[in-house]
Amino acid sequence: MSALTGRPPRREPRSVLPWLAAPALVVFVGFAVIPLIGVFALSFTTWDGIGAIHPSGLTSWRAVLTDPGLPHALWVTFLVMAVSWAVQTPLSVLLGVFLAGRQRYRAVLGVVYFVPLMLSSAAIAIAYKALLDPNFGLGAGLKIDALSKDWLGRPGLAFAVVVFVVSWQFVPFHTLIYQGGVQQIPASLYEAAQIDGAGRVRQFFSITLPQLKYTVITSSTLMVVGSLTFFDLIFILTEGGPGDATRVLALDMYKRGFQASLMGPASAIAVILVLVGLALALLLRRLGGRDAGASQLEGA
Amino acid sequence: MTTTLTEPRRPQQTGHGERRHTPGRPARRRNWVGGLAGWLWLVVVAVPLYWTLITSLKAQSRYYASNPLVPSADPTLDNYRLVIESDFLRYFLNSVVVTAGAVIPAVVFSFMAAYAIVRGWRMRLLRAVNGLFLMGLAIPLQATVIPVYLIIIRLNLYDSLLALILPSIAFAIPLSVLVLANFIRDVPKELFDSMRVDGATEWTTLWKLAAPLTRPAILTVTIFNALTIWNGFLLPLVLTQSPDRRTLPLALWTFQGQYGVNVPAVLAAVVLTTLPVLVLYAFGRRQLLSGLTAGFSR
Repeated sequence: MSALTGRPPRREPRSVLPWLAAPALVVFVGFAVIPLIGVFALSFTTWDGIGAIHPSGLTSWRAVLTDPGLPHALWVTFLVMAVSWAVQTPLSVLLGVFLAGRQRYRAVLGVVYFVPLMLSSAAIAIAYKALLDPNFGLGAGLKIDALSKDWLGRPGLAFAVVVFVVSWQFVPFHTLIYQGGVQQIPASLYEAAQIDGAGRVRQFFSITLPQLKYTVITSSTLMVVGSLTFFDLIFILTEGGPGDATRVLALDMYKRGFQASLMGPASAIAVILVLVGLALALLLRRLGGRDAGASQLEGA
Repeated sequence: MTTTLTEPRRPQQTGHGERRHTPGRPARRRNWVGGLAGWLWLVVVAVPLYWTLITSLKAQSRYYASNPLVPSADPTLDNYRLVIESDFLRYFLNSVVVTAGAVIPAVVFSFMAAYAIVRGWRMRLLRAVNGLFLMGLAIPLQATVIPVYLIIIRLNLYDSLLALILPSIAFAIPLSVLVLANFIRDVPKELFDSMRVDGATEWTTLWKLAAPLTRPAILTVTIFNALTIWNGFLLPLVLTQSPDRRTLPLALWTFQGQYGVNVPAVLAAVVLTTLPVLVLYAFGRRQLLSGLTAGFSR
């Protein structure tokens, strides 16, 4: 690392440089590092969010770890993660490859594709809530029974809706990443394949996909680690319901902490969230088998 | 990680080492599968957007009887009037204050820190600071919201816009520093040397040399942070309480709680809160999109 920036040794005083980093450091430590340490500390306390904070040892942890709600929340989180990954990845690869092509109209499609990226999760969730309303939504208006189900009122359907809306929001982002990836593949590879008589499908599987390996890892890491933090969307769409069908970890933490005023257990959930995130990030980094994965995944 | 950071790279490059270019990809046979998926996805994306827009222009009384996919014959702006009269101007201003109040310091601080990290790489202290920021990239905001809430209460900032600004700055810093440092590294060392020969201080070099040369990166980082903070929901939800401190996403949510059955009005609110970003999208789509993937697609 020092190869680029370290040499040559300088003699003049450079003491001003650390001061330039000070403002960023102070704010970051105050509102990110200390809270991260704080969440560990708070998980060993009892606090209702308003009154005094009492140290209470492992009480919160015992409450959380013996609560059947935790394995359920972990399971839902995992399901959302896995299913939305399985839906988004093939779609994003396909669309990314498609958009990297050269036809003019694809650029026009691109304008529409990326609009969801501009919208807040709140706006998306609220529009979908209205759209899916069994009485006043799109399906009811069109008088199509298959579309006027109680989408958010039944556990299986609500889960499907969450995965769909998540994909609607984030497929454009990953399409963008794949589009960039495809554009970096050397044309010579395709020329050679064509001379060898490889067809379109063959080219996709033996050139495009292998060449996209690291893009797949980057995108998957962002999807997987990012899925831990879906809060706004699910909170507004279903509030974790019906029952607790879509109660993911982040939502579980919020509800315990800010609705049930159990900040201790909520902090324990937050710690679990941090640990799961770190474990996944490390796992995917290992899968990537390459150091570069690290700095990319940390963007999550 | 150490190795990746030294590689000078632009956000738009994907990350397998050196840049590979494809100016003239040979004409290939049509991508039928991709084309089909492309058009299908267009419908999937466009229908909800279209429905939202046309419904927001329908009178509530006509909404239930009309075909949801046909625009109203006599569109009305009444829904928009209702939304604006529900104090949306104030929420809009709150969002502007929070976004500007967080993005400007976040980018300035990050730029200064990135400059210090690149120029002072020999100093162990600054390498440690860099490591800390990199670690920060892995912290999910949600997981720290309870201690942030506690700190904000203890600082007597609860229910103020400053309460939203401070954590927003903190969480914008890691990615901003990473992206900006990558760009400052690309500035030829000779330029720094000649500045030094001319007797310029680090402070002057920072603003007169590094900043102008990395303007695209600064713009990129600004856009990314602005979009993230503008659309933020969790911090306003947890750190504010009074109606007059609401930012747009939160106001949208409470508005939906109040006027839930008035679908056209709710959708007008959705359109209004989204409008500023969509106007920007119309004018600077390229910058916005490259800003979004700045930290990722390398």
